[in-house]
Amino acid sequence: MRITLEFKHRVLNANLPILQEPPPHEVFLFVVRPLGSAPLGSDPQKHRKGSWVGLTVQFASMPEQQEKIVISGVGVITCFGVGINPLWEAMLEGRTGLQRIKRFNPSGFASQVAGELAEDAFEVKKIVPKSHRKATKVMCRDTELAVGASMDAVASAGLITAGTNDETPTIAPTRVGCHIGAGLISAELNELSAALVTSKKEDGTFDLAHWGSEGMQNLTPLWLLKYLPNMLSCHVTIVHNCQGPSNTITCCEASSGLSVAESRRVIHRGDADACLSGGAEDRVNPLALYRQHCTGRLAETDGMGDNAAIVKPFSEDASGTLVGEGGGILIIESKSSSDNRDGAPWCTIDGIGCKQSLTDSPLEADPKAMASAIRKAMTEAKCTASDIDVIVPLGSGIKQVDNAERAALRTIFGEGLCSIPTVTTIPYTGNCMAGNGAITLSVAAKVIKEQTVPARLGSDSTVGIDAAKCEAKKMPVHKVLVLTPSEGGQCVAIILGRIKA
Amino acid sequence: MKRVVITGMGWITPLGNNLDTVWKRMCNSESAIAPIDRFDASSFPTKFAGQVRDFDWKNYVKDTSVHNDPAMNSQFALGAARQAWDQSGLGHYKELNLDRAGIYLGAGEGVLDFSAHSMIDTHAWDVEDGKIDAVAWAKFATKQLNEWGEVEQEPNMPLWHVAKEYGFQGPAFNCLTACAASTQAIGEAVSVLRSGDADVMISGGTHTMLHALGITGFNRLTALSTFEGDPKKASKPFSKDRAGFVMGEGSGMLVLETLDHALARGATPLAEIVGFGSSADAYRITDLHPEGRGPAAAIRNALAQANIDPTSRENGKPPVHYISAHGTSTQENDSIETKAIKLVFGDNAPDVPVSSIKSMMGHLIAAAGSVELITCVMSIQTGMLVPTINLDNPDPELDLDYVPNVAREAKVDCCVSNSFGFGGQNNTLVIKRFVND
Repeated sequence: MRITLEFKHRVLNANLPILQEPPPHEVFLFVVRPLGSAPLGSDPQKHRKGSWVGLTVQFASMPEQQEKIVISGVGVITCFGVGINPLWEAMLEGRTGLQRIKRFNPSGFASQVAGELAEDAFEVKKIVPKSHRKATKVMCRDTELAVGASMDAVASAGLITAGTNDETPTIAPTRVGCHIGAGLISAELNELSAALVTSKKEDGTFDLAHWGSEGMQNLTPLWLLKYLPNMLSCHVTIVHNCQGPSNTITCCEASSGLSVAESRRVIHRGDADACLSGGAEDRVNPLALYRQHCTGRLAETDGMGDNAAIVKPFSEDASGTLVGEGGGILIIESKSSSDNRDGAPWCTIDGIGCKQSLTDSPLEADPKAMASAIRKAMTEAKCTASDIDVIVPLGSGIKQVDNAERAALRTIFGEGLCSIPTVTTIPYTGNCMAGNGAITLSVAAKVIKEQTVPARLGSDSTVGIDAAKCEAKKMPVHKVLVLTPSEGGQCVAIILGRIKA
Repeated sequence: MKRVVITGMGWITPLGNNLDTVWKRMCNSESAIAPIDRFDASSFPTKFAGQVRDFDWKNYVKDTSVHNDPAMNSQFALGAARQAWDQSGLGHYKELNLDRAGIYLGAGEGVLDFSAHSMIDTHAWDVEDGKIDAVAWAKFATKQLNEWGEVEQEPNMPLWHVAKEYGFQGPAFNCLTACAASTQAIGEAVSVLRSGDADVMISGGTHTMLHALGITGFNRLTALSTFEGDPKKASKPFSKDRAGFVMGEGSGMLVLETLDHALARGATPLAEIVGFGSSADAYRITDLHPEGRGPAAAIRNALAQANIDPTSRENGKPPVHYISAHGTSTQENDSIETKAIKLVFGDNAPDVPVSSIKSMMGHLIAAAGSVELITCVMSIQTGMLVPTINLDNPDPELDLDYVPNVAREAKVDCCVSNSFGFGGQNNTLVIKRFVND
């Protein structure tokens, strides 16, 4: 049996004889035999006194009997529109969706380019069931994106839910969970300001007393409900009648990956058979854009040059990232549940690692935490670095974060890192924050499904990592590592695997 | 299944900032609700709240320079976490593996600077176009807003501060499911521990919406009490004349450990978490399901995980000895929660004491569940049930034992704690007196 031992400063991978099969997750005794030494006798105590070393350790790998979890459906919404295919086609062609912001005049901002959906590309009212159309009036943009992605995901998985038609649902509603990552939702300024301005005094100052007594009445009664982060899950659970466990993870870029981790945990503990899982966020909003500006992470650009070359992941001359609107919903499902209907799942979820960074600032990424997360995911996936065919990092174009990601990856992959192709999505879509991880996971699943690595945008050269501009290429892909560090220090590594025939 | 125990607790609340003070005040049926003085709320429909007072976060951290101007919710989190950490004794445990020490918070967003935002938004309003002039808005925002203050509004910032303070590097999550957030965080933290991914978790919640825009939002929803009399009488869960919740703020934090880990280091478990149930209403964005479908499912699932049959009797008594209710003091919540308890407990329902501490400290929103779970642990430890105060006018439709107005002695070995969020996310925890069998 293959065991990974995690010590304080190093990891030992070795084939080890086990005295006794350990119960899942329990502390157990095993004996390490030096290579070339005599085989085990019947009395381990005797051997321990001799050339054997006895250790009590925590069993780190997932229990053998835990059911395989698959991604059975993928729903994506990006600046290219609804669905993975418009994004995928653009990525095969090397065509960015980033452009100068049209939704408002961005001239007052240093960063004026974003991944923004065309005005006519998506109207949530047209895709939800008739019974939920009225409720679209109290959806913020982030919720619209999540609902849009959920409709796409459910269709992709071949699921019947209350959101698709009135037939009997594929899975009982109480067995369907929902975990959707969300961001700090920024108010629509036109809506809020139209009310605030009624309390503006003649001298130009704001009259709080008037606001309290009269002004606030100009705000629609359900205004607050638009902006609670859990409204993404709320609307999605109503549309699809998901009555299982539901949560809203709010960890910036790591939100989607952590949601997937939670969905898997919920299924493993027996509380659901499938979960709608992922995240969505809209950063193409003056307030949201300003908040991102405050992190010092945005590339300064007026959008008049080559928009495909602004975000340069892992490049020496990277100058920052750009924002976007979008996200994705994945159908995370037990394999036995997925096997109950026609159609093959997209891929398996082989391992997940979640860790917290220890940095001086929440805006810095920590290579040690990322490496630890990857190691945990690889332990669960029972694989080594050499088994990873493709890496999908955050690749944000933020120099400190890129450097930390590269350092973490080099810790795991060593010199071999240069020969593992990476896929970077932010030069195509912008950083969709809470929704970004769902986009990278969806693209990773597509890479496995199509056995193709899409084209990369960005810089002509990168050092120490295969992340420079390149064309799409076909190649065998069995395992993909998706890595996401976040503002705030959470990081998540997920390994997806090809479904074995 | 791994057993998970609580080994440390701490809270920052409107009733005080340490376990003993708050507990004594609750046992004395005291209310912390008072006029708001954080901003001038004199013209607002709601002018009172449960406000944290006499609290300085700097007294709860090793080195203030490590924490760059934390937002108020992060300050509360640091205060509550320090108490929990100290009680757990983990600070003296040199073998703690920080890579297997995680955090799962249900923390709300930071406080919005309403004064600056309202000024910017109104100055950037283009009267002719009837919309914001984004160029002008950007100019004013750059001049007027505190950049770090905007960064600190991300809901995962309290998590960063707590992780930084204690060096935790294991699994780290923050969830925000409105009023259910910290109960959900604790339940999922238990799940992380049981999965084997961590030995220790700090878990709980922190939140303040006690600012002009927060009060505005809930006033417009007509969810807040606009009671005209003594503010201390405003929060009246399960009362016939209940008319909305009262805003509170604060934080509750717990140290959770696998039993093996706790015993191996010689810690004293305060209680054991034996069940967690979670569900979604999937009904309407503004209303709870009229039959209490979601809350009942959460309670039922939590009890099932704890292997407790709610309709059974043990020594002539129900197997659950106390329910810490979500009990918001809104017409709808208290009615539906009562219905859900009856659905699950059947004939046992009238014999299970139920109370709401929101009657005394208001609604701590995302932090409410963690503070209420600590209340349950204190009940087990002290043999006291804290009351639902202001229950002078009982609602004939709500006929459970709500521990009206006065604390009560009771032998408490098993408690249920409910939290139901706007948006339909429902969560329930079950804890028991720790017995090492």
